Amino acid sequence: MLNELFPNVVIEDLLVATGETFYMTLLALVGSIIFGVILGLLLYLTSKGALWENKGLNIIVAAIVNIFRAIPFIILILLLIPFTTFLIGTFRGSNAALPALIIGSAPFYARLVEIGLREVDKGVIEAAQSMGAKTKTIIFKVLLPESMPALVSGATVTAIALIGYTAVAGVIGAGGLGDFAYYHGFVRRDFDVVFVCTVLIIIIVFIFQFIGDLITKKLDKR
Amino acid sequence: MISIEGLTKIFRLNQKEINAVDDLSLTIEDGEIFGVIGYSGAGKSTFIRLLNRLEEPTSGKVTIQGQDITAMHKSNLRIARQDIGMIFQHFNLLWSRTVSENIAFPLEIAGVPDEERKQRVKELVELVGLSGRENAYPSQLSGGQKQRVGIARALANNPKVLLCDEATSALDPETTNSILDLLVDINERLGLTIILITHEMHVIRKICNRVAVMENGKVVEQGDVLEVFLKPQQAVTKKFVEQVMGNEDGDLDQLLEVYTSGKVVRLHFVGESANQALISKISREYEVEINILQGKITQTKLGAYGTLVVQINGNSSEISKAISFINDKTSVEVEVLENA
Repeated sequence: MLNELFPNVVIEDLLVATGETFYMTLLALVGSIIFGVILGLLLYLTSKGALWENKGLNIIVAAIVNIFRAIPFIILILLLIPFTTFLIGTFRGSNAALPALIIGSAPFYARLVEIGLREVDKGVIEAAQSMGAKTKTIIFKVLLPESMPALVSGATVTAIALIGYTAVAGVIGAGGLGDFAYYHGFVRRDFDVVFVCTVLIIIIVFIFQFIGDLITKKLDKR
Repeated sequence: MISIEGLTKIFRLNQKEINAVDDLSLTIEDGEIFGVIGYSGAGKSTFIRLLNRLEEPTSGKVTIQGQDITAMHKSNLRIARQDIGMIFQHFNLLWSRTVSENIAFPLEIAGVPDEERKQRVKELVELVGLSGRENAYPSQLSGGQKQRVGIARALANNPKVLLCDEATSALDPETTNSILDLLVDINERLGLTIILITHEMHVIRKICNRVAVMENGKVVEQGDVLEVFLKPQQAVTKKFVEQVMGNEDGDLDQLLEVYTSGKVVRLHFVGESANQALISKISREYEVEINILQGKITQTKLGAYGTLVVQINGNSSEISKAISFINDKTSVEVEVLENA
């Protein structure tokens, strides 16, 4: 019956494309979380009244974050082609999409991290200081654990944005469902393929949202 | 001993300078419970945070048990802070940690080994009366229980000094009392010096040995709690004393109009502890009848304090004998208000 409804869909190819979407999203998410947390911490810690208050550094980090957030992803991916070629050796394929995906979404996540950290009760930080905690201890035992629900829900939002970005990365032949929908569907006028790819992307988004909500709920003891 | 000399903190806000703490000097003895009272904005919160340098002083010196806190380098200050516990008005517990984990936090900071840490947490949970709630999260606790966790956490590294920043101000009266009892218990058992700031005279009365009254960043009055209660000098102090004692002079005239027989006297209790059954003793030993008209006696750490207005009826020689007994044999002061 599937064959009748979607005559042009080749299951094996579709599975490969779905796998590529997951691959790119998950790896780029890990990268975005690492860089996003670092940048978010820097933004927070160097802000006024915070532990490493430093106006100069704060302005620099904020500028970097804002610039990369301002560039539309489709342009960013093209701009980064020389960098990607240098880093990966090629600018085509799933791996080649990763630098652009991470650079595109880490600054976005950094802002979400910053917002999450701002929500941490100042009094709790003060209490840790009164116990003689080092800044390192405050970061890893107070700031990050106390903002964890916000960090996880922020990562969920970022993951979903990344799923969209992976589809755009089809322009450099990154593979994945976006690429598949365009070349195997739209270009060939096989709209059943476009439809199936869309449904699959929606399902993937739902899966990420569901898992994210579940973890957030489990972590939040407030 | 904690000595504070010329402690000053100036905040700069929009070009304006605010003297939150102004050239403040105090000496606090080991093992005492020292209260600092003042209205909000008096600078008491800044003051207590200057003691462990959560707020950096503009000038002045704080010495805690021979250690000059104000001259310390950051890394030494961190070590010194482990000897100074602190509890807060809003408890400041980590919501992501259970009761046990919250109490373990300062031990982790101090690098106490795992086994020892568990043992110590267990002791502390018992000390503050939270046995059975070890695995609860702060959100599952009442305000009083949260403050107990705060106290256990502050005591974890066996500090010599405990700073209490409005520790009971967010609690209802009954819970306040139970937390104050716990503080006294800790003070007596561990010989800990406690410095607390509050705006409630009730707290001072109940647990403090000495008190300092703050206004506009300065200590305007200080002394033994009883003395301050008895002879408040400053207007602000009088107001605080009224908080606990009420303002009785108002209805005295009215009383004197109604009770005209015998003698109406006012008895001042000033730390009296030996003759608390004074009234029944007099009526037993002298041929007089005593009618209590009004009064308020409150218990401070050093004995009863307060006034009673009583009417003494009987023949005049017995009345004067009774009065001279009170004058000569007790520390209660008698003030004759009206002769019938």
